[in-house]
Amino acid sequence: MKKVWIIAANTFRENIRDRILYNLLVFALIMILMSLALVQLSTGEWQRITVDVGLSGISIFGSLMAIFLGISLVSKEIERRTIYTLLSKPVSRARFMLGKYLGLVFTIMVNLAIMVAVYLIVLFFLKCYFDWSQAQAIILILVKLLIVVAVALFFSTFTTPTLSAIFTLSIFVIGHLTNDIKTFSERAGKPLVQYFGQAIYYLIPNLSNYSWLDSATYGEIMPAKTFLLTLLAGIFTAGFILALASLILDRKDFA
Amino acid sequence: MIKIENLHKTFFVGFRRKRVEALRGLSLEVDKGEIFGFLGPNGAGKTTIIKILAGLIRPTAGKAFVMGKPAGEVESKNKIGFLPEQPDFYQYLSGEEFLNFCARFFPISHRERKQRINRLLDQVGLERSRKLALRKYSKGMLQRIGLAQALINDPELVILDEPMSGLDPIGRKEIRDLIASLKQQGKTVFFNTHILSDVEVICDRVGIIHLGRLLKVGPVKELSSATIQSWEIQAEVRGEELKKDLEARGKRGEIAITWQGEHALVRVNDEEKAQALVKMILEKGGHLTEYFVHRQNLEDYFWKAVGASGEK
Repeated sequence: MKKVWIIAANTFRENIRDRILYNLLVFALIMILMSLALVQLSTGEWQRITVDVGLSGISIFGSLMAIFLGISLVSKEIERRTIYTLLSKPVSRARFMLGKYLGLVFTIMVNLAIMVAVYLIVLFFLKCYFDWSQAQAIILILVKLLIVVAVALFFSTFTTPTLSAIFTLSIFVIGHLTNDIKTFSERAGKPLVQYFGQAIYYLIPNLSNYSWLDSATYGEIMPAKTFLLTLLAGIFTAGFILALASLILDRKDFA
Repeated sequence: MIKIENLHKTFFVGFRRKRVEALRGLSLEVDKGEIFGFLGPNGAGKTTIIKILAGLIRPTAGKAFVMGKPAGEVESKNKIGFLPEQPDFYQYLSGEEFLNFCARFFPISHRERKQRINRLLDQVGLERSRKLALRKYSKGMLQRIGLAQALINDPELVILDEPMSGLDPIGRKEIRDLIASLKQQGKTVFFNTHILSDVEVICDRVGIIHLGRLLKVGPVKELSSATIQSWEIQAEVRGEELKKDLEARGKRGEIAITWQGEHALVRVNDEEKAQALVKMILEKGGHLTEYFVHRQNLEDYFWKAVGASGEK
């Protein structure tokens, strides 16, 4: 496990020295702070609007960070041939993959923590409150990001950063719509469309399961058992995608 | 130290999955403590072999063993040092940080790690650039830090992919000296190159590879000097009779002759003929200035071997 941490720490260092991260983080913080101004213009319901804008900002920018840092994580190593040196050391490809993943997850967590801190400051200045439903929403955003990072990493093992970005963004968008796609395909009445809808529903991670933003704006709390099961499902999904990515990397020739 | 048995590697490249046979049944053994040079033109399969040994590529068929263990196995990498071709490393790390990062994959204590890093930075001449980010390193400096990371675990086997590539003559000499010093430390060095002179200077044995097949393997001295190509006689020619005689032999094709004023450079491809010619020159009043046996060098041998393979 020590070798995994060495790679994770190096990936974290790589990410914090990456300009994309700072651009996104600054942009995210500006957006969250802008919600202040937005709330000033609104006539009432400060609490609901602040929570909605703040948590949406955290979710969107967290996802963008996960995608844009994740898509080049492995492909950049292959492209720059840095992976040649690393894999010639006594470290398995699975450990390499896990190390890269954990390094990025740690980066995302630190950034998420910064965004949440700014969000809490905004809540404080606007005299809004922070409750368990908002905390649940934030934890579920983190779980969603665990899956998004795994998806980005998965594509990063066998395709270029541009294609990885397109594929991961597609999965991200479709992942939020799988329930709707299944419902619409069932209503269509045609078997082929139904099969297609079902295939998408079962193959693509259902990211809307990890979206508790709307409920958090109304202060609704997810039942503890559902919350725990959702967390476990998310971690299992990320682990499964990571295992697939590891399998692909294991069979890859670095010619 | 290295054992390769009937190794095959086929790649499928491009959108149409074009079949490329990089290795076609290559077998080879490298003994402990020797410097083995792998020679071959571009596309011969040299890098493929190296990458199989380093665990970056898996063979299609056949077996490769490193220190008795299958190549690529994590355990076997503990005692291997590897330098990839035209290396590029983590640009955001300094030279020292990079070596520390590499060293942490091996069971080396913190104190020993520091000592080794200092020693290696000094050995490869990068002591003054230790804090400099790798993105600011020149090609030669990257090659040298690459060599340092390959030696960080004090390996028994050092595998180098084109270690002299892209270096100026001074840099090449430094790397050559470093490889030679590794032999003195009892390490085995396996490297490939297409620069023949490097091989000739430092290798114990050489393998010549072309189109995925091993054409020849043997000690450098044996390959580079086993065959005498010609005998060269240089003489000062005094008198018309000797001059006419030599020119007549030249016209008949018995000898190859080049004139430089009164000096003749004569080349024959038979030892008896050469001795008879020397006797004749001396009898007819000529003055022998040089008698030279021209043996083939590694380059001659290389081209002969590649040419004889009948494949282009």
